[in-house]
Amino acid sequence: MATPVSQVTPLPNKDAFRSGMRAGIPVAVGYIPIAIAFGLLAKSFDMPNVITLAMSLFIFAGASQFIGVQLIMAGSMYWEIILTTFILNLRHFLMSASLSQRLETTSNRFLAAIAFGVTDETFSVASTRDESTRGHFVLGLNMIAFLAWNVGTWIGVFLAFGLPVSVQASMGIALYAMFIGLLVPSLTRKPVIVVAAIAVLTQAILYFGIAPFLPLSPGLSIILATVVAAGAGALLYKEDET
Amino acid sequence: MISLLLLVLAMALVTYIPRLVPLLWLRDIKLRPFLKRFLLFTPYAVLASLIFPGILQATTSLTSAVAGGVVSATLALLRVNLMFVVIGGIAGVYLMNLFL
Repeated sequence: MATPVSQVTPLPNKDAFRSGMRAGIPVAVGYIPIAIAFGLLAKSFDMPNVITLAMSLFIFAGASQFIGVQLIMAGSMYWEIILTTFILNLRHFLMSASLSQRLETTSNRFLAAIAFGVTDETFSVASTRDESTRGHFVLGLNMIAFLAWNVGTWIGVFLAFGLPVSVQASMGIALYAMFIGLLVPSLTRKPVIVVAAIAVLTQAILYFGIAPFLPLSPGLSIILATVVAAGAGALLYKEDET
Repeated sequence: MISLLLLVLAMALVTYIPRLVPLLWLRDIKLRPFLKRFLLFTPYAVLASLIFPGILQATTSLTSAVAGGVVSATLALLRVNLMFVVIGGIAGVYLMNLFL
């Protein structure tokens, strides 16, 4: 059968998967210090190792794991921790929604496997690559990020106590550095700047004005500030300027 | 221990659902424009709320936390790879702690 000249032969699945893994290397390399910091943080809070490792294995979401450990150790209510995790990770909904429009892959089991690995970073990489219409590509990308996250957690839990205390103490910043690294490059568009500013302002009001007088957990204030800021953004910017 | 493990599994479930539902069922559903814009802004709102005030208590001292944050923000402004933004932040905290 004749094929139009312009049509490129699709990459075999195996090659798409490998290409995805290669595309995921920068994400994997970035995850390792953060995962080590997570393992260290959990250890410093005397979290049982099994729980720490299970978090990286089953949850695979950096921010909510860090916040989760902090909330557990602060003695927060379980429903509050679960709600915070849910709200924090609700943002993946939009990323999966965007991927769903792009992927050619059809099998539900395959999509279920891809869904598990959707993170801010894997999604950012997938959005910028043409190959990401291929399920195998996205799976390879997500897989290497997941492996790095878990390897880093194991290192943090079992090996990182060998690091000098001064280095260990410095790694608490790792997650926040990643957040800054993700947010700052987006601050080129006015709506994003306004939303981020409203979030910080709301957090400041809650932290300095309310928290000293009313019991307000970090998780709850993150939820409140997010809803206020994203809601304000959605109200203020009606046009397609987002 | 068992209750902690159950908590982790519950956290895993509420993390997985928003990742899974759109991939399986969203192809045909049209979101209301307001909700769509709300979801578009959510990542930035979450990131900003996570950074402040959490970063203030990320290390042993306020000064070193701010130093690490400034180094990371500078590197991020220069569009440096995420990995170096993280390592730079750690280095900033480490160096500031040496001086304190």
